[in-house]
Amino acid sequence: MSGVPWGETRLVQGNEAVALGALAAGVDFFAGYPITPSTEVAEVLAKEMPLIGGKWIQMEDEIASISAIIGASLAGARTLTATSGPGFSLMQEGLGYACMTEVPVVVVNVMRAGPSTGLPTQVSQGDVMQARWGTHGDHPVIAIAPCSIAECFYMTIKAFNLAEMFRTPVILLPDEVIGHMRERFTFPLREEVQVLPLSEPNVPVEWYEHYHQTASGVSPMARFGKGYRFHVTGLTHDVHGFPTRRIDEVVPKMNRLKQKITRRLDDLEQNDLHGVDESRLTIFAYGSVYRSAMAARDILAKKKKKVGVFRPVTIWPFPDRTVKEKLDDKDVVVVCELNQGQLIHEVERLTSDSVRVVPLQRYDGYGITPEQIVSKVMEVM
Amino acid sequence: MAAHLPYEYIYLRYKKKFPHVWCPGCGIGIIMGSIIRAIDSMNWDMNNILMVSGIGCTSRMPVYLDFNTLHTTHGRALAFGTGAKLANPDLKVIAVMGDGDSLAIGGNHLIHSARRNIEITTIIVNNSNYGMTGGQFSPTTPEGARTATTPYGMMEPGFDICNLAGASGAVYVARGTVYHVMELDKLITGALGKEGFSVVEVLAPCPTNFGRANRLGDAVKMMESLRDETITIAQAEKLPPEQKEGRIIRGVFLDRDDQEGYTARYERLCSQAAGEVSPE
Repeated sequence: MSGVPWGETRLVQGNEAVALGALAAGVDFFAGYPITPSTEVAEVLAKEMPLIGGKWIQMEDEIASISAIIGASLAGARTLTATSGPGFSLMQEGLGYACMTEVPVVVVNVMRAGPSTGLPTQVSQGDVMQARWGTHGDHPVIAIAPCSIAECFYMTIKAFNLAEMFRTPVILLPDEVIGHMRERFTFPLREEVQVLPLSEPNVPVEWYEHYHQTASGVSPMARFGKGYRFHVTGLTHDVHGFPTRRIDEVVPKMNRLKQKITRRLDDLEQNDLHGVDESRLTIFAYGSVYRSAMAARDILAKKKKKVGVFRPVTIWPFPDRTVKEKLDDKDVVVVCELNQGQLIHEVERLTSDSVRVVPLQRYDGYGITPEQIVSKVMEVM
Repeated sequence: MAAHLPYEYIYLRYKKKFPHVWCPGCGIGIIMGSIIRAIDSMNWDMNNILMVSGIGCTSRMPVYLDFNTLHTTHGRALAFGTGAKLANPDLKVIAVMGDGDSLAIGGNHLIHSARRNIEITTIIVNNSNYGMTGGQFSPTTPEGARTATTPYGMMEPGFDICNLAGASGAVYVARGTVYHVMELDKLITGALGKEGFSVVEVLAPCPTNFGRANRLGDAVKMMESLRDETITIAQAEKLPPEQKEGRIIRGVFLDRDDQEGYTARYERLCSQAAGEVSPE
């Protein structure tokens, strides 16, 4: 096989679908460091990218990998790296740098069980909070979690588009089950895939501001070597990118970083809701656990028990408005997660005391089964 | 009026950037001058020059220069630079780093950049300590020296930057000082001319921190020490071993053309791969 098998039906693995999605999105630079359970992303691209003149490099560690993709992005490439827990931890400083300097990059973190080396080959959703708050300081984050092979493909393309739209790193958060499972998938035709072009400044060189204030908070970005000769620094900077400590420049920068996300939630927020309005109990689940939740819902329907399923597709920014609107009138919300309780705190934050928020958590390296969800629901219903 | 200014000013960003952050007597400004003159002698388009740095006193240099400039995280200049160079091989990438930045936190990137022979010119300003944080010891602090974190004297042996770079695969390795400026211009010009990983170590005084902690005198005295305590490779060859003791040697230690640069090699790999995978 070579390239994206447009229009064909194949048995595809999750990580492979991520790599092919990246190719479909026109990735032209990958830097990474081998780590289970994400390595297939790097392996597929190592084979494919040289054939299309793309740049692929295995760096000396994950810090170097995130650094290289940020440098490459500034030099005009559409860039990707893929890693897992320990490597994701090493990338945090670089992620913060990309947030601060507003460089679009895509980081795939195939979640495995931690902390530390943990259970390297086994599943977890233990990095959702790390994705949000892993780097120091206030910062914007976009993170999306696929639950199928089709989504691994399409959401990788979406991640590249969001990175470009918002000039910020986008984190794709498949869990190990999603990364390693295989499903039948029919690839779209090439013309069915929409990829945003890399932004280009629309002003002459002497007018260019690397961080121009716009209504959306995002301005088109020049790349190195095109005549704009701008400065990039992780120091807090003015509209030109030059370091500043002036309050009247620091505060607008920090506000813009936050508001470029919060003002466009409609472009970002995506949820999958099934029968939430028609039931008193809702199962809240994402990633591979969402699949079990849907299976549990079917089993419960046969037992004449009606439950809803709420799945946040966009994990960060968290779907505050929809959770409040849809879940605040429920009797019970069962939050199923492969960790000791991370997104459950977000659900608790957004629901009144009248809503019973019940955890169903597993952190032994195995997935949550439909049967476990069914028995939890029977117990609390 | 402007016509009589030194041509170095062409390369400086004037708006809001000056005065610079460096202390009186710091050697980094002299090195910036050398880099400008060396670049000027190459006749490169400023639009194609990328200067990348990490964190520290030296790493503040790019903001003053009117190139594409990238001030990155601590130690990672070469990793960012590798990404930029590979993504756009037309860029002339110059990395400027201090001794702590390049050898401690960034040591891994230094040896791997040398091993890959990525086409980056690396200027390492060695002032024997971490200046920006107030003079702590670095991997090049001489044994016995006092710093903020070696109150009883430095107990660890140091790195020899030039040996390290050469052994790791760099194609051009040189050492100069901020006292020998004309020589430094030539060393940096030599490094810029390489299609591979080149390293120039520049000895520079840090009178504010290292100088004061070790009672080395003022900036002028420290400059004079660079004059008195260093010798050229040619001088070293003529001296008996006992007279070379404690002298630091300047000059070009390594200059080879038999190694292909990384981006050139990658381009070849792409053509080879295309040949291996026959169309279905």
